[in-house]
Amino acid sequence: MEAIKLQVNGRKRTVHCATNATLVDVIREQLHLTGTHVGCDTSQCGACTVHLDGDAVKACTILAAQCDGSTLTTIEGLAQNEVHHPMQQAFNECHGLQCGFCTPGMIMSAVDLVHKEEELSPEAIRSALEGNICRCTGYQNIVAAVVQGAAGMKEQQS
Amino acid sequence: MSGSLVGQRILRKEDHRYITGKGRYTDDIQQVGMTYGCFVRSPYARADIKGFDVSQALEMEDVISVLTGLDVAADGLGGLPCGWMIHSKDGSEMRQPVHPVMAAERVNYLGEPVALVVAETKEAAKNAAELVLVDYEELTPVVDVASAAQGEQLYAEVPNNTCYEWGLGDEAATDEGFASAAHVTHIELTNNRLIPNAIEPRAALAEYNSGTDEIVLHTTSQNPHLVRLILTAFVQIAPEHKLRVIAPDVGGGFGSKIFIYSEETALAWASKKLGLSIKWTAERSESFLTDAHGRDHVTKAALAMDSEGQFLAFKVSTTANMGAYLSTFASSVPTYLYGTLLAGQYRTPAIYVEVNSVFTNTAPVDAYRGAGRPEATYLVERIVEKAAGEIGLNPAELRRRNFIGKDQFPYQTPVALEYDIGDYEASLDKALEMASYETFEQRRVEALARGKLRGIGLSCYIEACGLAPSQVAGALGAGVGLWESGEVRVNPTGSVTVLTGSHSHGQGHETTFAQLVADRLGLAIEDVEVVHGDTGKLDFGLGTYGSRSLAVGGSALSVAADKVVEKGRKIAALLLNTEVDNIAFDAPVYKMMDSNETKTFQEIAFAAYVNHDWPSDNLEPGLAEKAFYDPLNFTYPAGTHICEVEIDPDTGVTEIVQFVAVDDFGTIINPMIVEGQVHGGLAQGIGQALLEQAVYDESGQLVTGSYMDYCMPRADNFPDFKVGMTCTPCTHNPVGAKGCGEAGAIGSPPAVMNAVINALGGVEIDMPATPEKVWRAVLSSQAQKIA
Amino acid sequence: MYSFKMERAESLTSALERFGDSDDAVYLAGGHTLIPAMKQRLRAPEDVIDLSGIPGLRDILVTQDGIEIGAMATHAAVAGSAHVKTHIPVLADLAGGIGDRQVRNRGTIGGSIANNDPAADYPAAVLGLDARIVTDRRTIASGDFFKAMFETALEPDEIIRAIQFPKIERAAYLKFPNPASRYAMVGVLIACISDEVRIAITGAAPSVFRAADFEVALSESFSESSISELTLPSDTMNDDIHASADYRAHLCKVLIGRGVQMLSDH
Repeated sequence: MEAIKLQVNGRKRTVHCATNATLVDVIREQLHLTGTHVGCDTSQCGACTVHLDGDAVKACTILAAQCDGSTLTTIEGLAQNEVHHPMQQAFNECHGLQCGFCTPGMIMSAVDLVHKEEELSPEAIRSALEGNICRCTGYQNIVAAVVQGAAGMKEQQS
Repeated sequence: MSGSLVGQRILRKEDHRYITGKGRYTDDIQQVGMTYGCFVRSPYARADIKGFDVSQALEMEDVISVLTGLDVAADGLGGLPCGWMIHSKDGSEMRQPVHPVMAAERVNYLGEPVALVVAETKEAAKNAAELVLVDYEELTPVVDVASAAQGEQLYAEVPNNTCYEWGLGDEAATDEGFASAAHVTHIELTNNRLIPNAIEPRAALAEYNSGTDEIVLHTTSQNPHLVRLILTAFVQIAPEHKLRVIAPDVGGGFGSKIFIYSEETALAWASKKLGLSIKWTAERSESFLTDAHGRDHVTKAALAMDSEGQFLAFKVSTTANMGAYLSTFASSVPTYLYGTLLAGQYRTPAIYVEVNSVFTNTAPVDAYRGAGRPEATYLVERIVEKAAGEIGLNPAELRRRNFIGKDQFPYQTPVALEYDIGDYEASLDKALEMASYETFEQRRVEALARGKLRGIGLSCYIEACGLAPSQVAGALGAGVGLWESGEVRVNPTGSVTVLTGSHSHGQGHETTFAQLVADRLGLAIEDVEVVHGDTGKLDFGLGTYGSRSLAVGGSALSVAADKVVEKGRKIAALLLNTEVDNIAFDAPVYKMMDSNETKTFQEIAFAAYVNHDWPSDNLEPGLAEKAFYDPLNFTYPAGTHICEVEIDPDTGVTEIVQFVAVDDFGTIINPMIVEGQVHGGLAQGIGQALLEQAVYDESGQLVTGSYMDYCMPRADNFPDFKVGMTCTPCTHNPVGAKGCGEAGAIGSPPAVMNAVINALGGVEIDMPATPEKVWRAVLSSQAQKIA
Repeated sequence: MYSFKMERAESLTSALERFGDSDDAVYLAGGHTLIPAMKQRLRAPEDVIDLSGIPGLRDILVTQDGIEIGAMATHAAVAGSAHVKTHIPVLADLAGGIGDRQVRNRGTIGGSIANNDPAADYPAAVLGLDARIVTDRRTIASGDFFKAMFETALEPDEIIRAIQFPKIERAAYLKFPNPASRYAMVGVLIACISDEVRIAITGAAPSVFRAADFEVALSESFSESSISELTLPSDTMNDDIHASADYRAHLCKVLIGRGVQMLSDH
């Protein structure tokens, strides 16, 4: 058993887990943050995307034991004071989700994308979402949501 | 309809929990003392089981129990049934091999479960599953669908591996049509096998309470009542009232979560047998192996025309793959959901179709988004486009010449359906305009200058949705009626709880149904809550598939809401001391027609529960009404899709440069949600046309068993779709809705392939149009030009 | 994933010691090859030695004749590095196309080349740009490093410290991704290093290789016409459901041609 100290959604947490526990197992089963999902076993679908030390990563492909001392943000940590993050709001307003299963990963990827990239055309967004698979929406409204969410994030910053 | 909410783009009520990570899917549920199940699966496509040795597995730390197919047999569990009886042309019943919950003697497809390990942790269960020793004797499998009937016989009771040899239509009349034809177009094509891939894998959590003798099964289902019915009445794991099935948030289905599978069944049985709470969640590789696959047809067909291009007759011969066992609705898909749609939007007077369904050593094949209707549309729209090319007529014009006119409804087709309404020219015209069809040639020339081959393709599809009028369905072999239930339960304070037998797993019913009921009663949408997916809360329901939820489930709610309004009138009359006939409902207010006195809906609701004086025999307290709505006919959504592609001749890469979809779904409650359904359907249809294909090798191993090899569409595979609507409201349901969930997946594959073939100068290829296939077609097209 | 013991190395020396002490150890860099393989139970080491705590392995430094990239530098770090963008733009471009954004935030250059996946991108850069692989004990020339599918010149316990790339401005990487996995079905790196043209091809064959005939012809005359008569032998190419050997050989030539065109337009 490893004792892993983490800063999770702004709170100090310690979890005890086996060395072979993946980060997503710990997030879901020990931290009970079940908004982070698992949709595949080959690191492709992106449903498990979280922010680890400020970067979007696939929590299914990281050992929890690699994360001692890290800062973790999951979908549950995105809204502040019960107010939706601009990207969450945009997904709602643009109908960027249907079944909701890929949505947390999609939103976490989108937020990271907007943080890191200056110019985001719809084409660039489509290509940047390569690591997130959605089976419901045909992606059109997701792309629209990322465009709108990016504008909302900029507005919030200024 | 009163009109303030219907037709509005109202944002979805359910989104808040999904975007904040508070959705509650089956695998999210954790119980104290919960154990974990892992299935031992066949590594072979076909083998005899000579024995099990579970001793090593049982010795492993944290392992609680190992149950095998022998335990299933010893407990006398029934097989998993197919709910639709098909009769062959000779009148004989379809042949249905027993589909065991877990195999005990023989495995018939790769991944078929043979044992269940129950352990304290997921990893322990998985480790122990590797130590369950199964002595297999490998047998030669039958994999290829086209030659399956000639392959080694798989089941003693199924000669020629043939489930049924079905036919529909007038063969003699069809042959006469061909005899008098000026031109006959022939086609041979396959409809590629697909794997549904809802992003949430199937999962189940079964809890047994010995104190109440009740099993609660949380599972990823599109129709929890059907799960309960089959597990109790057929498999007989418990009496029906001692099994509660809950389908909480479900992460997409597309058909694959309609069916009753081994794993959920085994878990419910094991939880009672062992007195434990057990969870199983499929890994994606298990989904690939065991979720029912879709499509998988091989077809030959011919279309006869007169000298003016009028269709005279259409003859079709299809072989359909059922996989190893008949899944829950498998038999109906290549028959009544396929053969009946072969008239398309056209007046073809004579049609005859034969379908042979065969068993192979592959995963069961069943309904996948569209189910039969995409296969029919793909065939009809490919051959019509090809025919236009052969007789040198514009493909839009050929279609126009053969359309059923808007004044010809109701229209009886030669393949059993009666279309109630439509206006096919309207959607064709609108799509041609949106696609700038007239100026395509300029774009083709411009693309050629850039070294690209540009092509355009049409598809005018029709589907039969709103499954289904029970009498018709029963006459055609359905084991259950296909009505839907709904309840509008008015709370004393005037808010409303709507209970529906439909199930939402992405379709947005919590919003659409609330819109419908709130509109009818004159309430704010926030005051209407939709409840679904729990056999403990609802009377009964038949679930969501076949684009039926609004047309059938929504109609049930519409009728229930009418009953509420009606009872409200009686209560208003009582309160206002007048006759019922003197009360009118102008949502949300009841008015006395001969005075200014009114009662609000809220006042009526409150009175319904708190009033002490109910003088009349025919008026009970309370305000909650139910309806079981049985549709009078199928609904017939239809439309035109136009695709434009560019092919890079050097690499064979096909890019969709424009996609236009114009659909007639009848009355639309929430256009935002409907457009979303279209987008998603298009992505799956275009995915089928360009990217997706399930491949088994000769030994029955699945080559495309992960996202490394099965090509899932990503965001960058698509352009922005141009979506338009026309509207002819359904004539026979109170909502006027026809259904929109499947149209995108039905209409788009032939549009894409017609565009690809157009770009290739007429060289025909099968789906998916992979870069290599297209590149080879470019080579043969160039070779043809040189020759 | 089977259970294992996790060790955290603080230095190369301690990593080597731990490896030596174990019967069955494996080094963990970004984990984006190892962890999926362990999840699928294709690999089951007794000891996993995490290299992430070793100082200095993530640095990207400009040296006298090139750029030295620490083995633990992530693909995102390489793609975003101002040094790399300035001096070897093709490398930033290639790194920015590996996997997806999330993968690029974890996967490392050292992990990638030590694994030598036939469909990985970095081997094309290492071989095509004639990089040197610096390990805990020696420096290996690019031509000596990649041996066969999933095989390299590394000793079982040997750890890559850094990869030294020469500064090269005139180079291009063209990738034809596998439509499903998005790995390279064919990836061609063309580099003009003074008078010499080097071409390394990944994805097409069991291991990365150089297209010698094309290099000679293009070194003589850098134009599409100089290679129009050349072909790549398909008998050494991979053949699977996504692409036959013939088609892969054809794509190699198409991509080489396009690379030449891109670099000529420059």
